[in-house]
Amino acid sequence: MAQNTRTTPAGTPTNVTQNHTKGGIGESTLRPDGTLKVTGEFAYSSDMWHEDMLWGQTLRSTVAHALIENIDISEAVAMPGVYAVLTYDDLPAKMKNYGLEIQDTPVLANGRVRHHGEPVALVAADHPETARRAAAKIKIDYKELPLVTDEASALAPDAPLIHEGRDDHHSGHVPHPNIVHRQPIIRGNADEAAKRADVIVKGEYTFGMQDQAFLGPESGLAVPAEDGGVDLYVATQWLHSDLQQIAPVLGLPPEKVRMTLSGVGGAFGGREDISMQIHACLLALRTGKPVKIVYNRFESFFGHVHRHPAKLYYEHGATKDGKITHMKCKIVLDGGAYASASPAVVGNASSLSVGPYVIDDVDIEAIALYSNNPPCGAMRGFGAVQACFAYEAQMDKLAAKLGMDPVEFRQLNAMEQGTIMPTGQVVDSPAPVAELLRRVKARPLPPEQQWLAAGEEADVRALPGGLSNTTHGEGVVRGIGYAVGIKNVGFSEGFDDYSTARVRLEVINGEPVAMVHTAMAEVGQGGVTVHAQIARTELGVTQVTIHPADTQVGSAGSTSASRQTYMTGGAVKNTCEAVRAKALELGRRKFGSYHPAWATAELLLEGGKVVTDGGEVLADLADVLEGEAIDEELEFRHRPTQAFDLVTGQGNGHVQYTFAAHRAVVEVDTELGLVKVVELATAQDVGKALNMLSVVGQIQGGTTQGLGVAVMEEIIVDPKTAKVRNPSFTDYLIPTILDTPTIPVDVLELADPNAPYGLRGLGEAPTLSSTPAVLAAIRAATGLELNKTPVRPEHLTGTGA
Amino acid sequence: MRVNFTVNGRKQEADDVWEGESLLYVLRERMGLPGSKNACEQGECGSCTVRLDGVPVCSCLVAAGQVEGREVVTVEGLADYAAHRTDAHPGGGCASGACGTSVDAAKRWQAKPQDGQTGEAGGLSPIQQAFIDAGAVQCGFCTPGLLVAADELLERNAEPSDADIREALSGNLCRCTGYEKILDAVRLAAARQEEAV
Repeated sequence: MAQNTRTTPAGTPTNVTQNHTKGGIGESTLRPDGTLKVTGEFAYSSDMWHEDMLWGQTLRSTVAHALIENIDISEAVAMPGVYAVLTYDDLPAKMKNYGLEIQDTPVLANGRVRHHGEPVALVAADHPETARRAAAKIKIDYKELPLVTDEASALAPDAPLIHEGRDDHHSGHVPHPNIVHRQPIIRGNADEAAKRADVIVKGEYTFGMQDQAFLGPESGLAVPAEDGGVDLYVATQWLHSDLQQIAPVLGLPPEKVRMTLSGVGGAFGGREDISMQIHACLLALRTGKPVKIVYNRFESFFGHVHRHPAKLYYEHGATKDGKITHMKCKIVLDGGAYASASPAVVGNASSLSVGPYVIDDVDIEAIALYSNNPPCGAMRGFGAVQACFAYEAQMDKLAAKLGMDPVEFRQLNAMEQGTIMPTGQVVDSPAPVAELLRRVKARPLPPEQQWLAAGEEADVRALPGGLSNTTHGEGVVRGIGYAVGIKNVGFSEGFDDYSTARVRLEVINGEPVAMVHTAMAEVGQGGVTVHAQIARTELGVTQVTIHPADTQVGSAGSTSASRQTYMTGGAVKNTCEAVRAKALELGRRKFGSYHPAWATAELLLEGGKVVTDGGEVLADLADVLEGEAIDEELEFRHRPTQAFDLVTGQGNGHVQYTFAAHRAVVEVDTELGLVKVVELATAQDVGKALNMLSVVGQIQGGTTQGLGVAVMEEIIVDPKTAKVRNPSFTDYLIPTILDTPTIPVDVLELADPNAPYGLRGLGEAPTLSSTPAVLAAIRAATGLELNKTPVRPEHLTGTGA
Repeated sequence: MRVNFTVNGRKQEADDVWEGESLLYVLRERMGLPGSKNACEQGECGSCTVRLDGVPVCSCLVAAGQVEGREVVTVEGLADYAAHRTDAHPGGGCASGACGTSVDAAKRWQAKPQDGQTGEAGGLSPIQQAFIDAGAVQCGFCTPGLLVAADELLERNAEPSDADIREALSGNLCRCTGYEKILDAVRLAAARQEEAV
């Protein structure tokens, strides 16, 4: 049998060793996988290859809501080169659904599709084109059903139920079965407080559906194993969460599904949910051959969840001396056809809806809908991003109505350490909101109207429209805008959030070497760089080997919620400390009688030696370890959190808060509606920068994703058909290097005493305030209200819808 | 069909190529060269950029049959290509290094290091080293295409302005970095190139 001679597939990740730096935490050491990534040798999940592998293809629904009356696979099965065609009836286990929190998502459609692009059938063939053509020959008869596309159609008296007979843990408290989850937060008395207000502003805001647009497509390789199990190589954000969802629908015990993280080409939330994992395993187990699935970009737009589009209704009041009296809001998030991360997005949107401000009297409600729109779930900053866009617009409106400077108004109301959140949680570590705003405002502005000073030398590439050569400065107006945001770090609301690290310390070729083994998904953020730094700091070694991430070690939790440096970094630190204690114990046994300091002094591992805290060398670590290896695997948890009360929203729900501020400078060609973002300056508190090069890279990348939402990014769903109209990089635009301005970054390091090394999760915060800062700048340039993302040329010229 | 062409200075032959296959597919799936990336397969993202007879192209938009008899350089051959350019064609280049390896270049060759910290060990082109040093690599999926495009920019313009860099790289999408460190990397490679002259 072929299985018995099966070899390791090409592209299987191997240990990566870094041994040319002594850099510990706080140093900008370079990526251990850097060389592999610049030579093209780093294997991503789409690069996996096996000798006799087949290609899998997914057939997806062409309509958004329909009954499936018939599926005819006969022509597809008959095609030469086709090895298998699977539909719902072929699913092997009793469990046929999966999901992050609510198992409502069918592996393959069961007689009904709920959104455009839902998987209906699978094909395995010997060439990807054969698989595509075979899938196209599967005939499906759809009987279309009425659509749910927004709040009105979801909650109408005769609304079709997207999921009938719900029995999930939110179904008991939601006011309608087409609401996934509802979280109110009531604190103080907003109606009473409103009476004290001298000014009141109301606003209605619309946030468009954003795509993560990671560049590495959903892909992976499933290899059937001799024991009836499967080896799966895949790009994901959380191996163990995938495993919990995959094994039951395959009808396999978890230990027979062995997962290894393949190279991940970006994630940004879009790989929290299952995509091709189960499908590839099903085809591999059915055919007995390795099966590779790689989505193209068109399919990728259907293959993962998106950022929730939202409608946000806000009311704020303020006294004439500029103190905010109260806030009322309702946030309606469209979760689409399946729950995905919607409940957590609701929790974030409601608990962070007030922004980084002191407001004692609030009346908040956030809901996520079930609809026939594309499923929405995790994307960088979820829930907080949508809210920030709205409350920051409100801050500018309030300041304008009071005749105050928008930055001074924000500073006057800014939260700080000790502030009580609307949930009743006390912010118990630094919250330098006013200082972040001060810093971005104090930065010198880029020179105005450079094209005038440059005369004939003026570079059209610096103007709105760029090389389209649409203006030489005529009709171009500058605007400046500010915004600041608040995001939570880590998994909230009582979730048992932990990470696991295994560390092995031994002597190889006379040198002490630390091997770090975790299941953390390195998706580009640089976790592997930081793990090596932590091991060097804690164990005093130079050589660190990063073991591939897999399910042979305990869960690391998700690479999301800005949590991995805190959580898996914390786990590596924690395990290293245990390993160090064992190494010192070993040293005491071997050498303790040679020097009294072994018994009395605080001992450290530095530069490959055991030293006293006074710096005296007691032994070479290599001698201590000679003939022995220390190998530890330990779990690490952050402090526990609480669920939010379902009526009042009270509870210590979050682990840590993180803050960033932006100042945007834009130039707008007001005649053509073209926007050039000239500069997007930012300041952020990161608690402690473990690697400044990586920190700045994260902040600039997050800022740019926020810029994209402001001026170009939106998945357009036809309101009449609920079909996606722009599933390609031709029609869904993300910022190019020409669209992206200079991004000066100012990093504060105010330690959080509760966190490892005092660090603060940082990946998401820059994505929050970037969008409203750009919007504010465009409003300042044009005087328009602009309550919707993205701003398109027709919104500025008034010439279109 | 059968397609014959030169890849990174070596003659290659691909059999049983279906007429609809792209150069990208043949490189990745038939020649074991997955360095050129498949982010959009529709010519929008630049992650599959290779040199075709010296010209940067999206290999996903080139039908494999069009490459018959021509010369292709991919990210896997970029270091050798850059070294060959320095040794044999100062200030210029041949399409693929196919005109032969100089004695100097042969002497300089060594195995590629496993460690991102060690550029001085050799094996990387200046632009590859600069991308590592400047922090221009995060997930790295856009990196191969950007390296090929940036190397071509520096080949024809040794001292590009920021606007020149932005224009030359505007066909290469990156979702992780916000491009600032990619600009840094190209500036760094240009500065090092100038120092070396």
